[in-house]
Amino acid sequence: MEDTIKLEYIVSAEDFTRAGEASSDLKNILKQMGVSPDTVRKVSIAMYEGEINMVIHANGGVITVFVTPKEVTMILKDSGPGIPDIDKAMQAGYSTAPDNIRSLGFGAGMGLPNMKKYSDDMKIETELGVGTTVTMTVRIC
Amino acid sequence: MTIKELIESHVFETINIGDDTERTISGLFCCDLLSIAMSKAPADSVWVTVMGNINTLAVAALCDVGCIILAEGVSLDEAARTKALQQHISVLRTEQPIFDAALSVYEKLHA
Repeated sequence: MEDTIKLEYIVSAEDFTRAGEASSDLKNILKQMGVSPDTVRKVSIAMYEGEINMVIHANGGVITVFVTPKEVTMILKDSGPGIPDIDKAMQAGYSTAPDNIRSLGFGAGMGLPNMKKYSDDMKIETELGVGTTVTMTVRIC
Repeated sequence: MTIKELIESHVFETINIGDDTERTISGLFCCDLLSIAMSKAPADSVWVTVMGNINTLAVAALCDVGCIILAEGVSLDEAARTKALQQHISVLRTEQPIFDAALSVYEKLHA
């Protein structure tokens, strides 16, 4: 599609010094494009939570973003351990983050719930031992 | 009250002065869990926390927080300080506990 912008970000495993750079870059691009602050905030939160999840749980991965005049689609693909129980993972407050991650202020069990809350559509495909792909769409309004 | 006026009140020690300090403070927010802060910290607010790591800065930047106040004598580690400079985020600090720090700002906002 001619009006589609494609962006790709590599997320490094366990690198908290760089976590958030992809979300920050996307946020700046959307702001420059004149996307409304509310939409930018939704995208930023959903993307950052996903990015952090990839750093904490999945040895990093790749985020591909498509921006059209109507929506932002974020595809977060990792080769991590997979999610054994998606329903449980979606529960607010449920977390498998280790103590060292909790001491950084994460591990509140809000990652996936926030991603769902702030995206207009979210799909999780996961296979144990193979990886997880989360696709989130935020409509531009 | 603007971020600049808060900084210049010298109630808090300045770690970094960011850009856009002419913004009017929208309110106060206290939280140490970053995922909660991420979803709830209002834009242009003053965020009081004891988390002084690089992720605090990332959340503040993404949420357009106006200013971070680190309470309980916490400061930024080196990586976080660099990020504050790069991302132009205003960061202050105090020896006060979170509640007292937030109350100091609240009283200024409602003086």
